[in-house]
Amino acid sequence: MSIVLDLKKNKFLFEELIKRDYKRRYKRTVLGMVWSILSPLLMLTVIAVIFGNFFGRSIEHYIIYLFSGQVIYSYFLEATNEGMLALVSNSSIFTKINVPKYLFLFSKNISALINFGIILVIYFCFIAFEGIVFTWQFLFLLYPVICLILINLGIGLILSALFIFFKDIQYLYRLFTQIVSYGSAIFYSIDILPQHLQALFYCNPIFVCITYFRSIVLHNAVPDLRLHLLLAGYALVLFGIGCWVYKKYNYKFLYYV
Amino acid sequence: MKEILKVENVSIKYITGDFKSIGLKEYVMRRLKGNYTVKEFWANKNITFNLEEGDMLGIIGTNGAGKSTLLKAVSGIMRPSEGTIVRHGTIAALLELGSGFDGDLTVKENAYLRGAMLGYTRKFMDETYEQIIEFAELKEFEDRPFKQLSSGMKSRLAFSIASLVRPDILILDEVLSVGDGAFRKKSEAKMKEIINGGATTILVSHSLNQVRSMCSKILWLHKGKQITFGSDVQKICDDYQSFLDGKLKI
Ligand SMILES: Nc1ncnc2c1ncn2[C@@H]1O[C@H](COP(=O)(O)OP(=O)(O)O)[C@@H](O)[C@H]1O
Ligand SMILES: [Mg+2]
Repeated sequence: MSIVLDLKKNKFLFEELIKRDYKRRYKRTVLGMVWSILSPLLMLTVIAVIFGNFFGRSIEHYIIYLFSGQVIYSYFLEATNEGMLALVSNSSIFTKINVPKYLFLFSKNISALINFGIILVIYFCFIAFEGIVFTWQFLFLLYPVICLILINLGIGLILSALFIFFKDIQYLYRLFTQIVSYGSAIFYSIDILPQHLQALFYCNPIFVCITYFRSIVLHNAVPDLRLHLLLAGYALVLFGIGCWVYKKYNYKFLYYV
Repeated sequence: MKEILKVENVSIKYITGDFKSIGLKEYVMRRLKGNYTVKEFWANKNITFNLEEGDMLGIIGTNGAGKSTLLKAVSGIMRPSEGTIVRHGTIAALLELGSGFDGDLTVKENAYLRGAMLGYTRKFMDETYEQIIEFAELKEFEDRPFKQLSSGMKSRLAFSIASLVRPDILILDEVLSVGDGAFRKKSEAKMKEIINGGATTILVSHSLNQVRSMCSKILWLHKGKQITFGSDVQKICDDYQSFLDGKLKI
């Protein structure tokens, strides 16, 4: 509750931080923005060409199947990687001015979210192009998106604090995201794996998000309650841990920068 | 008189050592071997003072006495390791003005960002922006990247934005000496204007004359310890001067 009040009080600061992060990121060039949209699309094309022949036969609308994974995973990757740097890169500010430090993280997440939004629009264009009809069930996509925002914020809160204390977290996290990437079944289907291995994938919140998307978009089916609860559980637990870490170490950051 | 700030038995410690550069791997290794230690360093020890509305406190002490650290705790950037700080009213701390800007943003964008950090509203910034840029004498630079400014220009801008604050408690840590001679005069006049506006002020300055002429209370710190606190400004400043001259031992 106090966070909501704080956000209201710091609305101007929050907006200015978002603007700054966005400008800094693209160095104010149109090319920079275009590139940030183009690069995931290029990636998509490359994977589609490489694996299309292989998996494309057994998976319907393979390009959408792939894109669903790609769009979710790249948002997760970007938001958390940027989030990790949020505190360290603003340390010269919060050691001199008393501002709520989580705003730095939130603003980075908004930047990533804006990008995600832009790519989602392209994603929906692809869907239309593939001849898939939009139904009211598509509205349910908001649910995994909200959960994913919370997951990214939670992980960002944890990582940004850890990164202040341990700079080598960056490399460990890179390794970690690599594993998440393979464990998200972005370009393949887990149906080819034995049953007991399939269950393992549900330990990965990103995979659960992607599965939710695919279920709606490709099969026009709202997932069952279990998947909803699982996703909400991940979101609340990760965001909860993030808040706890932030609250506990918030005043210690200053000693380490 | 209304009490506006109460600092009681405040001690603040830093942790020092090479822990800043060790990674998680090294940390875990040391933890396992049991030779992970952090050294503590008390930058402030048992500081006690209080301010009433309209007071003007000067904090004196040599480099490393712990003045800035104490002010960070008073302004809420740090939490005291021991003791309590009670504030009544809004607080604005002007510490190391020139830092925390973004080199790639323009001067104008930086001004807005800093204003936001100081708690101004957008409306207020829209209304006062012209005034800020005029005062800083940087009108022709407003659309240039901030990194193109000289360091004197940077602190001029910082001062001009910060000088619009109207807090109940104002903290000035060595900020009355920014810019060149002409600007210094202007900035001192501006500060006096705020102070005369009734703000309770805490001032750290290397100019003992400034402290003598402006302050109503003095806190003398030395290596983190409180030597004296009182309202006998001239006496304490005299003592401090003879301490600096080596005539007085503490
Ligand atoms: N981040 C820090 N980590 C460890 N020690 C610090 C840190 N900042 C300041 N110190 C130490 O605390 C002491 C007091 O510093 P400071 O409050 O800046 O003194 P002053 O402003 O009076 O010159 C100094 O000895 C300084 O070395
Ligand atoms: Mg200092």
